[in-house]
Amino acid sequence: MSAFVGKYADELIKTAKYIATPGKGILAADESTGTIGKRLSSINVENVEANRQALRELLFTAPGALEYLSGVILFEETLYQSTVGGTPFVDVLKAGGVVPGIKVDKGTVDIAGTNGETTTQGLDSLGARCAKYYEAGARFAKWRAVLKIGAAGEPSELAIKQNAEGLARYALICQDNGLVPIVEPEILTDGAHDINTCAAVTERVLAAVYKSLNDHMVLLEGTLLKPNMVTPGSDSPKVGADVIAEYTVAALRRTVPPAVPGVVFLSGGQSEEEASLNLNAMNKLEVLKPWTLTFSFGRALQQSTIKKWAGKKENVAAAQAAFLARCKANSEATLGKYAGAAAGAAAGDAATSESLHVKGYTY
Amino acid sequence: MSAYCGKYTDELIRNAAYIGTPGKGILAADESTGTIGKRLASINVENVEENRRALRELLFTAPGALECLSGVILFEETLYQSTRDGTPFVDVLGAAGVLPGIKVDKGTVELAGTDRETTTQGHDDLAERCRRYYAAGARFAKWRAVLSIGASKPSQLAVDANAQGLARYAIICQENGLVPIVEPEILVDGEHGIERCAEVTERVLAACYKALSDHHVLLEGTLLKPNMVTPGSDANKAAPEVIAEHTVRALLRTVPPAVPAIVFLSGGQSEEEATRNLNAMNQVAGKKPWSLTFSFGRALQQSTLKAWAGREENVGKAQEALLARCRANSQATLGSYAGDAASGEGVSDSLLVRDYKY
Repeated sequence: MSAFVGKYADELIKTAKYIATPGKGILAADESTGTIGKRLSSINVENVEANRQALRELLFTAPGALEYLSGVILFEETLYQSTVGGTPFVDVLKAGGVVPGIKVDKGTVDIAGTNGETTTQGLDSLGARCAKYYEAGARFAKWRAVLKIGAAGEPSELAIKQNAEGLARYALICQDNGLVPIVEPEILTDGAHDINTCAAVTERVLAAVYKSLNDHMVLLEGTLLKPNMVTPGSDSPKVGADVIAEYTVAALRRTVPPAVPGVVFLSGGQSEEEASLNLNAMNKLEVLKPWTLTFSFGRALQQSTIKKWAGKKENVAAAQAAFLARCKANSEATLGKYAGAAAGAAAGDAATSESLHVKGYTY
Repeated sequence: MSAYCGKYTDELIRNAAYIGTPGKGILAADESTGTIGKRLASINVENVEENRRALRELLFTAPGALECLSGVILFEETLYQSTRDGTPFVDVLGAAGVLPGIKVDKGTVELAGTDRETTTQGHDDLAERCRRYYAAGARFAKWRAVLSIGASKPSQLAVDANAQGLARYAIICQENGLVPIVEPEILVDGEHGIERCAEVTERVLAACYKALSDHHVLLEGTLLKPNMVTPGSDANKAAPEVIAEHTVRALLRTVPPAVPAIVFLSGGQSEEEATRNLNAMNQVAGKKPWSLTFSFGRALQQSTLKAWAGREENVGKAQEALLARCRANSQATLGSYAGDAASGEGVSDSLLVRDYKY
C-alpha cells in the first residue's frame, strides 16, 4: 500500500474535507490550563475550573457563531466539560455542525546542543489517548511543532528533522485511531528577518514535513495543515496583506501536495484584524490553489471577546457579539469577501487591531 | 532565498507553462544513435546520419503535426541538423511555436552492491553543455533516471541516488536557461500489481520533490515526466479508468501545484493504450492543478516508422500516421479522445522492451 488505509480511512477523508469547507474554519480553544490562566489574569479573572468552563461556554453558545465554524480544538479538560445546564460541550458543538478536536501534544522540550531549539513530546501512549478521545467525541487532533528563525542559521537541520518526524509519527497514530491529524509546524515570527527569509524557511520546513509524512505513509487526504503565514519577522517593518498573501501562497504551492484538503492558518500573534485581512488577501489571489485556505485561530478569534467579557455575567451577550463578528469576518475572508473592520460590526474597536505577539510563545 | 532565481527565471517559468498548454505535448525524438539504430533496423534501414536526419525531417515537417506539439526533445546530433534544403531543425520547430529540447544525460551505470540498480551520469561539464545547447536554440532539457520494482527494489540507495542526481541536473539546467524535465522512470517490468506500482511511484516522487527542494530548484520552471501507475508487464492489464485513478491519486499526493505540467512517458505501452490512458486521466473528476500531457517517443512514432519503412514514396503516408497520433494525444490532453485514431496499423502493438535502455 502507499498510504496507510485503516478502518477509519473513509471517515478521516470525509471529516478533513468537511473541516475545510469554504466559509468555515476552526476556533482554537485548546489553551492549556497554564496558558488560559494568562488570558484570564489579563482580565483579572481567577484561573479556576468554573471560570475556564464559563469562558468556553460563552464561546460555544454564542448565537450564530457556530455557523462559521467547522471545528473547535479543545484542551483535554474541556472535552469532558458541559454547559451550566448540563449539556456536554461536544454535544453542543455537534448539534451546531462543528467537529470537536483535541490537542494531544505535551509541549516542547529543548534539543540539547542546539541554540534553544525544541522538539515536541507526547508520543507515549498516544494511540491509547486518541482512542479515548475518539470515544469522547473528538474527531480531529492537533500537535504543535515549533521552529524559530535565528541568526546562526536556525532552524537547524536537526530541529527540522526532529519536528518533521515527530509530526509524522503523531499523524499516523491519530489516523490509526480515527482522528484527523492537524499537522502544525509553526515557525515563530520572532526576529528581525525579512519576508524572503521566512519564505525560504517555510518552504524548507514544509518540504521536510511532507517528506516525513510520506515516509510514514500518512494518508494526506485525511490530514490538514496548520502553518504560519509567511511574513517579515516581528522586529522588521510590516508589509501589506497582498504581499503576505503572495509569499504565503507561493510557499504552499511549492510544497503542499494537492491531496491535502485544507490549510488552516495559525494567527501567531497577529491582531484579529490583521489575521482576517491576510487570510482574505490569500483567498482573493488569482492563482491556482487546490486546497481550501481557512483559519485555525486562537487569540485572533478570542481577544476582543475576552476583553469584552472581563469575567462578568452581564457582559456575556456583548462578548458573544464580538465573537460572532470575528467568526463572520474570518468566514468572509475564506471566501475573499471580507471588506475590513470599518465596514463590519466591530468598527472602531481597538482590540481588533491589537497585536497579540508574545515573544517565544509557548502554550 | 527559497528557490533559486537567476537571470533566466521569468523565461523558465514562461517556457515550462507553455509546454503544458492544454492541447499540446512533447514528441520525444531524442533516441541516442544506438537506440535509433534499433528502430531503423526494425524497418531494414541503415543506421547512418543521413537516414537519422531523414527520419527526423519526416517528423518535424509533417503537415499539421507541430500544431499539436509544444516541444520536441532532441538528441545532440539532431540539434545541429537541418532539412534537406538547409533549414536548421531548431528553426523549423521555432517557426511553428515548438520549443526544442535536448537530452543531456549520459546513460545509466550500475550501483555497486545493489541488485543491478542504476543511477544516471552526465553531471560533468553539464553547465557548459547546457550553455552550448541554449546558444544552439534549446530551451528545455531531459534527464532520465531509472528505477525497478522487485522484492527489495527500489532500494533506499537507488531512490536517494537518483533523486539527488535529478535535483543536481535540474538546478544546473536552470542556471543556464533550460527548463529541466525531471524524469524518474519506474520500469513496468515485473509481476507486481497496480497498488505496488502506486506505492513505489509515491515513494519515488516524494523523494524527488524533497531533493528538488533541498537543491533550491524553482518548481515553477520545471516539468515532471513520470511513468503512469499501472500493473507490471507480467501482471493482468488494468482498464484506462483504473490506471487514471491510481496515477492521478499518486500525483495528488506528491507533486506540488507549483509544477505547471506533467508530461507522461509511454514506457512500452502501445500508441493506442498510451493515448487512452492519458485521455482517461484528463477525464478524472476532481482537482488537478497541473496539466496532464504527453512526452511520448515510441507511442508517437511507432506506426509512422512502419509506414515510412525508409522509402521516400512513403513519406506522405508516414506523416499522416504521425499527424493521427499527434491529434489523438492532443485530444487526450483535453479528455476528448473518442478512439477514432485506433485504426492505424500497429497502433495497438505493445512497445514493451524489457529493461529498456536508450
